[in-house]
Amino acid sequence: MAMKFNQKGPGLYELDVCGYVCPHPQLYTKKILEKLHSGDKLELAFDNPSSAESISAMCTNEGNPIIDQQRNGSKFIFTIQKA
Amino acid sequence: MDAIVTQTIPESKPADCCSDSKPIAQAVSRKHIMWVYIIVGFFGLVSVATYAMHEYYLYLSAYLWFGFIYGMCLQYGRFCFASAFRDLFAVGVPRMVVGIMIATVLFSITSSLVASTGWSTFHAAPWSVHAVIAGLIFGIGMVFAGGCASGSLYKAGEGNGVSMLVILSISVTQSAFVDVGGWANKLVPKSWAEAALTKGLPSSINVSDGWVDQYLAGYVWEQPVITFARLLGFEDHTLVGALFANTFVGVVLPAILLLAVVYIFWSRKRYVLDLQSREGRSPGFADHIRGFWAMIISSKRTAIAGLFLGIACGLQMFVIEGLRMKFGVKNAGTILQRIGFDYGISAKGTVFDPGYWYVTTQEAQWVGWMAQKLGFNNMDNIYFGWVNGIPSPAINPADWMSVALIGGAAVMALMNNEFKWKMPTKELAIWALIGGALMGIGSRLALGCNVGAFFVRTANGDVSGWSFGLGMIGGAFIGVKFFNWYTERKMAREMANIDFDL
Repeated sequence: MAMKFNQKGPGLYELDVCGYVCPHPQLYTKKILEKLHSGDKLELAFDNPSSAESISAMCTNEGNPIIDQQRNGSKFIFTIQKA
Repeated sequence: MDAIVTQTIPESKPADCCSDSKPIAQAVSRKHIMWVYIIVGFFGLVSVATYAMHEYYLYLSAYLWFGFIYGMCLQYGRFCFASAFRDLFAVGVPRMVVGIMIATVLFSITSSLVASTGWSTFHAAPWSVHAVIAGLIFGIGMVFAGGCASGSLYKAGEGNGVSMLVILSISVTQSAFVDVGGWANKLVPKSWAEAALTKGLPSSINVSDGWVDQYLAGYVWEQPVITFARLLGFEDHTLVGALFANTFVGVVLPAILLLAVVYIFWSRKRYVLDLQSREGRSPGFADHIRGFWAMIISSKRTAIAGLFLGIACGLQMFVIEGLRMKFGVKNAGTILQRIGFDYGISAKGTVFDPGYWYVTTQEAQWVGWMAQKLGFNNMDNIYFGWVNGIPSPAINPADWMSVALIGGAAVMALMNNEFKWKMPTKELAIWALIGGALMGIGSRLALGCNVGAFFVRTANGDVSGWSFGLGMIGGAFIGVKFFNWYTERKMAREMANIDFDL
């Protein structure tokens, strides 16, 4: 298992950290968001429930809105827009 | 397979979208509901059936149901002490620090009320720099492991294999660490060795062989026991000593100070930016008070969990002490002997029976019990042989609490569709084993973990609780620094051959 990061299209990226536990999902998300340009979107997939709280709060603090949340069983998919 | 549920948040309201991570509602499957009934039914059956055998089992069932409540609260609030300062340092998220402070203050109020009635089961621990060092080791370990001692229990209830490995590592490390002698004896300062010999321990305890034995009897037991009440000249069991000194001075004021620091350095900037963009003005003092309060309630789940945890922890002390008075005992060792179990009772007739929430000792005990059954002599050290014993996990009150904690967390996870069996990968397994080992060592040096050495002690006005917490914060900082470096390195490797627009 490894984290998977891909560019899906112009300004749209995906990060898959399923299988990881704290603090890896929030750390990868933070570091990827730091690299994105303003307006870029990140589709983030993870399956560690407690990371959902931390990532949401982190996005609030950083001012990066979560514009879409999906859930399939225990898998979360957040779409985050870089402010 | 559960249906995909989509919750789209209007882009026009970005500030609202993540102000509190609301659970995305999903229908609970029949399979999950069936497992909820099975788990609750099993614990209920254990309580009823054992009570039918003898009313003494009520004592064990009290531990069981408080453990169950703790598990539900921890899972509901995703309540993990490891994430408190780790997430603050790593990603700037203060929610867990807030949750822990709420729980600690509530627990302190309830436990002080209990203490003032003379029914408290709490005993303060010796204080010295060892608590800070132990906290530091524990703090690094909990960041590496991805969860603290209690967090790993509730995550095991979510089906998380990494957390199960962490529990295994904590358990084995503690059990081995408290018995290590031979070459380790050479590392014992002469003064500890000499002081340990003067403690008058029975011949069954080989106090001159074992690093931890000589550390405990030769160093820790020599240290003063300090509470805020005693510092201010009060008795711990008086109303003024418990509520004013231990709770208000020892918990409420430091908690407010700590949260104010967290607000200033981690929350204030966003609040000010939002206020300026909303109202076009700079904040005044009243605005900062509102900002501080907004930080406190920013994660309702965590705050609610903290509130219930705090109250339940205080109530457990009250209930356990009440049962001790009812049965005329001071320790569960007597109860176990009365119902016919004398295996693994310590030399002074006791078993581990804290009377409040605790995590790590019962984890060490089941490995110690197993090792004893396999032929290793674990009863010649102070930890098992003199203080805690190694009763069978099947009748160990604290083990009932931990097993029920996992069950309570599983019930809550099932009801929230968050239960999933997850096998540990090689990478996470290594971190789990390393982190668990560090937490195991830190726990034994501090005589407790994030719950026993920090949460419970701090809430009861024990100065050593804050000392352990200080070490834990330092350990979390070091752990985060390491993981930042590790993550950067890994990301660079993963992304080396990909062409991005970044």
